[in-house]
Parts: sequence; structure tokens; C-alpha cells
Amino acid sequence: MTAPDSASAAPQLTVAVIGNPNTGKSTLFTALTGVHSRIGNYPGVTVEKKTGRFTLEGRSVQLVDLPGTYSLSPRSLDEMVSVEVLLGQQRDVGKIDAVVCIADASNLERNLYVVSQVLDLGLPTVLVLNMWDVAEHRGIVINVGELRSRLSIPVIPCEAHRRRHIEDVKQAIVSVVSQPPPAAPRVFPPEFYDEGLKLQSRLAEWGETNVPFYVAERLLLDVGGQFEATFSARHTEKLPAALTEARERLKVIGLKVPAAEAKARYAWARQVLNGAITLPPERTANHSDGLDRWLTHKVWGLAAFIAIMFAVFQAISTFSAPLMNLCEALQQGVGSQIGSLLPPGPFRSLIVDGVIAGVGGILVFLPQICFLFLFIALLEDCGYMARAAFLMDKLMVKVGLSGKSFVPLMSSFACAIPGIMATRTIENRRDRMVTILVAPLMSCSARAPVYALMIAAFFPSVAWAGGWITLHGVMMFVMTFFGAAVAIPVAWLFKKTLFKGETPPFVMELPSYKWPSPRIVAHRVYDRARAFVLRAGSLIFATSILVWAASYFPGDHTLEQQTSVQIEQVESKLADDPSLQAERDELVVRRNALSEQLLETSFLGRFGKGIEPAVRPLGWDWRIGVGVLASFPAREVIVATLGTIYSLGGDVDESDSGLQQALQNSKWPDGRPVYSIPVALSIMVFFALCAQCASTLMVIRRETNSWGWSLFTFVYMTTLAYLAALIVYQAGTAIGG
Amino acid sequence: MTTLCELRAIGQRGRIVEVTGDDAISVRLMEMGLIDGEVIELLGFAPLGDPAEYLIRGYRLSLRKAEAARVQIEA
Repeated sequence: MTAPDSASAAPQLTVAVIGNPNTGKSTLFTALTGVHSRIGNYPGVTVEKKTGRFTLEGRSVQLVDLPGTYSLSPRSLDEMVSVEVLLGQQRDVGKIDAVVCIADASNLERNLYVVSQVLDLGLPTVLVLNMWDVAEHRGIVINVGELRSRLSIPVIPCEAHRRRHIEDVKQAIVSVVSQPPPAAPRVFPPEFYDEGLKLQSRLAEWGETNVPFYVAERLLLDVGGQFEATFSARHTEKLPAALTEARERLKVIGLKVPAAEAKARYAWARQVLNGAITLPPERTANHSDGLDRWLTHKVWGLAAFIAIMFAVFQAISTFSAPLMNLCEALQQGVGSQIGSLLPPGPFRSLIVDGVIAGVGGILVFLPQICFLFLFIALLEDCGYMARAAFLMDKLMVKVGLSGKSFVPLMSSFACAIPGIMATRTIENRRDRMVTILVAPLMSCSARAPVYALMIAAFFPSVAWAGGWITLHGVMMFVMTFFGAAVAIPVAWLFKKTLFKGETPPFVMELPSYKWPSPRIVAHRVYDRARAFVLRAGSLIFATSILVWAASYFPGDHTLEQQTSVQIEQVESKLADDPSLQAERDELVVRRNALSEQLLETSFLGRFGKGIEPAVRPLGWDWRIGVGVLASFPAREVIVATLGTIYSLGGDVDESDSGLQQALQNSKWPDGRPVYSIPVALSIMVFFALCAQCASTLMVIRRETNSWGWSLFTFVYMTTLAYLAALIVYQAGTAIGG
Repeated sequence: MTTLCELRAIGQRGRIVEVTGDDAISVRLMEMGLIDGEVIELLGFAPLGDPAEYLIRGYRLSLRKAEAARVQIEA
């Protein structure tokens, strides 16, 4: 990774970018590196690894974007990653040549906290004062020259969202590496540094050579921190005692750990800024304050929140539905175009029903993912997302989560994929994991066709209140919120068992409102869509090929294909000779019957029959079993599969009255109808709770950096679905019969 | 001396005396700038009554009642 581009060129530089959240860090990163960034994960943790590069004066610079943080005192393995990267201990990244610290110029004092910790690392550092324009607008005057000489590092004012002074930042990065690193600010009294050195040498005695001074500092300061945990595990007897003694000595001189660090660093920050910054006399109520008074108001705030969320959902269904239909139409169009070029046979079936259907199955999610991320990015960039968390926190606390889980879970009502990807903003790992695990229970749009089909076929059209309320509407509503209702106890249970721990604090900055930048929003949408297609696409594709093969083999498709050829021949003559219509219809019926038979005898059909004993208690026959099996990669496939099973062909949709009738007429061998209201309910409940979405499982793997959690989600949801369907059917028949 | 969660009137201010506790939550509060001597102002409450919004060191911070109760203030 760090190999020089050519023998003569200067070696590539590796530079870490760090700063508080809400400072425009990712905007600066994008402005520096352009659109192309690599996204991955650090091994063993859920932290996203984002790298990009730029070249200046023949020098290639690799930038590593570290997660936004208020401090560099790690309390978990996830928080440890940033410190490891900065110390050059992260093998994937290697040695760090310089650090770019980004700070919000309009809120410099708090931002300097993490800067003072970074300076303790002794690396060449550039301080970027972003949002310079906001600071100016608020009447904050910063003497950059004075700051530069007090900190003895380059200080660059910048407006990343307008791409101003980006070149200055690049220039500063390239030139800072050749200068000696700045002296660490001595924020603590000298006794503290003596204790640090003493600890370092004691660690060396125990075989821990080359422990950086910053690590010794963290060991002393972070009571119960991650470094203490890691080192104590190796030196169970000696280290805890040594730390207790050292902290006791520090207490005597007035340094009470852990409170001492914040006091010392904030005192340093105030001293650095004293005289170098002029703040407006009294913080004047600005435009953002006025807006906030309305948007967090008891009545208007909630009304605005509901209106915004409703508008987002309305927009997603209005805009993405036609695009999704277009995707499907395109898939069918391309399928039949290519199909007509190829002779009927396994290859044509593979291309049309396997490859093209597989690609279509990935692309069909894109409109929703893009629109949801468009709105999420807009809300995040303008500062409303933090308010949404603020407004909804009390509600979510009841489930054991925090306000930050609300928007990801609500997004999952359209599609769990962007919902799970949006959990990145939840900094607490336990909260984030629980949110990811329950997100697929929210009723996504792919479940609606199943509900629509079952409700239309088996529930009478009753209307009340002069036609304003219909039984179909009520059932649709109940099914849509069923999953969310189940998610409440599930989330609570996960919080009590798998992710036990003290309630994480809701210490959250409420950033000032600003106009979202179109470029940043567009970039974020592109980034997420690309991540989905690249990282999840290939596996979704593989699963659909697998299901295709299971439903195609081992049958002999010759007769079915011949019939298809005949249909195509007849159809081509149909325009000239309308009398052929009857012949065509007869051929279609014959072909559909053959397809049904082939599906019945395929691996999938056999498997469906094999599991019939398992699904009988749910009130299902083998046909429903096959439909459910085929829809594990993507639940929306159920309608088309049922179409094939009931000899109607695969191109039916949920409002097809033929399919509804076929379901109503379906009989057990002894003549009893298969479907009844309890069966329809058991199918709907199963679909509501089951993890029938390969894409979601792939995204869970990507976000948690582990196959284990995908597998866990699959198992718990499928078990839950089976049990719930069993209860509904058994209770339903007991009451009904 | 009272705690931050006892501020009820919007616009009311207090001077921080101490953040009690040595655990991660208290450390986090201090890292966010809640240090003794700082003035903190109540800006408002969420519609459901919790959390609340405060002004500290020129920026806005949201805290739950449980967290605000750790912050000792004097009027």
C-alpha cells in the first residue's frame, strides 16, 4: 500500500484526518480526494475504513478518514481504532506521516480539546479551521497568525463546502511532513509527565518495550478505559496496582483522575484562544435559534416532524414506484429481447430467468435506496437529523434504544437496506447492533404485494363509515405495523440479554441549521448506492442464480420449450390472423401446465414436498412451501412463484384476479380448500417476520463486519416467523372451527 | 447548590460547580466542556419533556434528565 509509485518518486504519504463530528470532515475529505474513495472495514470491529488519495507536486498522498470524535480516549475496541491508526499500529494503514485536524471555526474552544490530544502524539499536524464563513458571519474574529505561532503548527482557514482554500490545505499537508513535529503542549503539571515516563519504564521492565508516551498517558488518565483493559489482561497483577498507586500520587498533587484531563485541556484551550479570538459580546439569537424554537416546540415541533416524515415517505413512494416499475419493465424487456435471440434451452433460461432476473433483483432496490439516502443526507446535512433524535428520544428510550435509532428504523419501513446503512450515526455499539437486528422486522415495501394478494383473495370487502374505512384497508394497516409491534419486545429482549450494559448517555450536540450542499448530498447518495451494488450485489446475484438452478433442474424442459417456440410463432402471426387467438391461448395453458409440472419435479419442488410435514402445522401445502422457499432471496418473488405453481405463468401480479381465484380454488387431495382466513393470516404473519431478503443479510454482514450477525438475524427472524405463523394458524382454526 | 436538571425556566442560567461521578458518562460530559466555572443556559425541552437543550461554550448540547442530574450548579 505504501510502496512508492516509481523508483524515483518520493514515497507516498499517509495522512489521517480527524476532528469533532459536525465539522464538515467528510466534506473536506471529499474536497481533497475527489469522488473516488475506498470503503472497507477494519478487522474485528464495526468501524468503517475510508481512504482516498490526491497528488500534489508529484507527491502522492493517501488520506485516511477517521470517525468523527470529541476525544481520543478510547473506551471500546471501536474507539481504539482511531488511536491505533494514529500511533501507526493499525497494520492495514501502516505508519502515519501527518495528521489533519479539522475544527469548526465557529466553535473553536470545544474543538481544540481533541486537537490538544492529537498534539500529544507528536506527529506533524495541520489544523484546518473549517466553516470560516459561518464564524465570520457570527462576528467571530480569529487571528490565524497568532494561533499558528502559539500552536507552532500550520493553521489553515477553510470553507470545504464551497471548495475554498482546499489547495492551501493540500499544500500545508505536503510541506508539514518535512518539518519537525511540534512539541506537545504541556497541559499537565510536570509531575504528570514524570509519572508517564515512570509507567513507560515499568512497562518496559515487564517486556512492553516501545509503548508510546501517549499510551502511558491514556493508561494513567482513563479509569476503566480500553488501554487499561488491554494491558491489564496481559499484566493482571502488576498493572492495576501500579496504576492505582500512580493515580493516588497524582491526586495528592491535585490531579484527580479522570476529571483532571478535561479541566487541564479546556484550560489550555482557553489560554491558547485568549487574545487570539474575539467573540461577539453576547451570543446573539441568530436565524438558527429562531428556527429551532419552532422545530423543537411542544406542538409545532412534533407537527413539523410528522409532516417532514410523511412528506419523505410520500415522496419516496411517488418517485421511486415508477422507477421500480421501470426497472422491472426494463428487466422483462431486456429478458424477452435477449430471449428471442437465443434458442430455447437451459442457456436461455439461465440468462433470462437467472442472470437478468438477478441483476434486476439488485437494481430494483436502487430507486428506494437512492431516494431514502437523498432524504437522510438532506436531513443530516441541514442539521435536522439531530433534532429528530432529540424529539423522539423519550419514545425510543422506552424500547431501550435512543432517539438516534428512530430515523434508521423508520427508513426501514420503505426498505431495511438504507435503514441499516443509516445506523452509522449511532455511536453506541450496543444500540447500533440492536437497531440493525430489528430493522428488518419493519414492514418494507416488498411485503405489501403479499399482503395485498392475501387480503384481496380471502377477506370480504366490507366497508364502514360510509366507505371511508374498509376491512382491506384496516388489514393492510394492521399488517404494516405488525412487524414494528413485534420489534418492540424483540429489541427490549436483545438489550436485556445479548447487548446488556448501562444505558449510553444522550450527550449530543445540536448543530446549527444550514442549507444542505447539493454536492455533498449527491456524493453521499452516490457513495451509498455504489457501496450497496458493489458489496451486496454480487452475493444477491449468486443467490438468485442458485434459486434459478434449483427450480430449473433436473427436469427435462424440451416439451415446454417446444411449446414456447410454438407460442412465439403463433403470436407473430396473430396480428394478421386474429382467428389464431384460441390456438395461442390453448398453447399457453399447456405451457403453463408443463411449467408447473417441471417446478413440482425440480429440486426446489422436491424440497418443498420434503418440508411439507414441517409446514403442515402452519396450514400450508407443498405449493405454499415452494413459494416460501423460492422467496428466501427476495420476498417479492412469492407472487411470481405462486403464478407458476398455479399454472398461470410467472408474469402475474398481486392484483391478478386469476391468481386470487386459483388460490381460492386450491384443494388438498381430500377436497378441502387449502386456503382459509387462518392460512392467509399465517402466510402474512410469516412474511411479516421472516428474513426473506438476501440483500438485507448482505448489508448486515457489511455493517457489522461479520457473517455471524447475518446468520443470527436469519435464524432468529425465521424462527420467530415460524412460531408466530404456527400460533396464528392453530389459534385461528381453533376459534374458527 | 442544585443540579442542572432542576433548571426549569427557559433562559435560566447556572454556573457549573462539579460533574459528579467517575464513570464514562461523567467523563463524556466533561469532555464536552462541562467543567467547573462554566456558565450553562437552558434553551428548552423536547416535546415529550426529555431530553433538554442547553447552551454551553457557545454551542447547543442535548442532555437527558438523568445526565443533567450529575451536573451540580449554582445560580
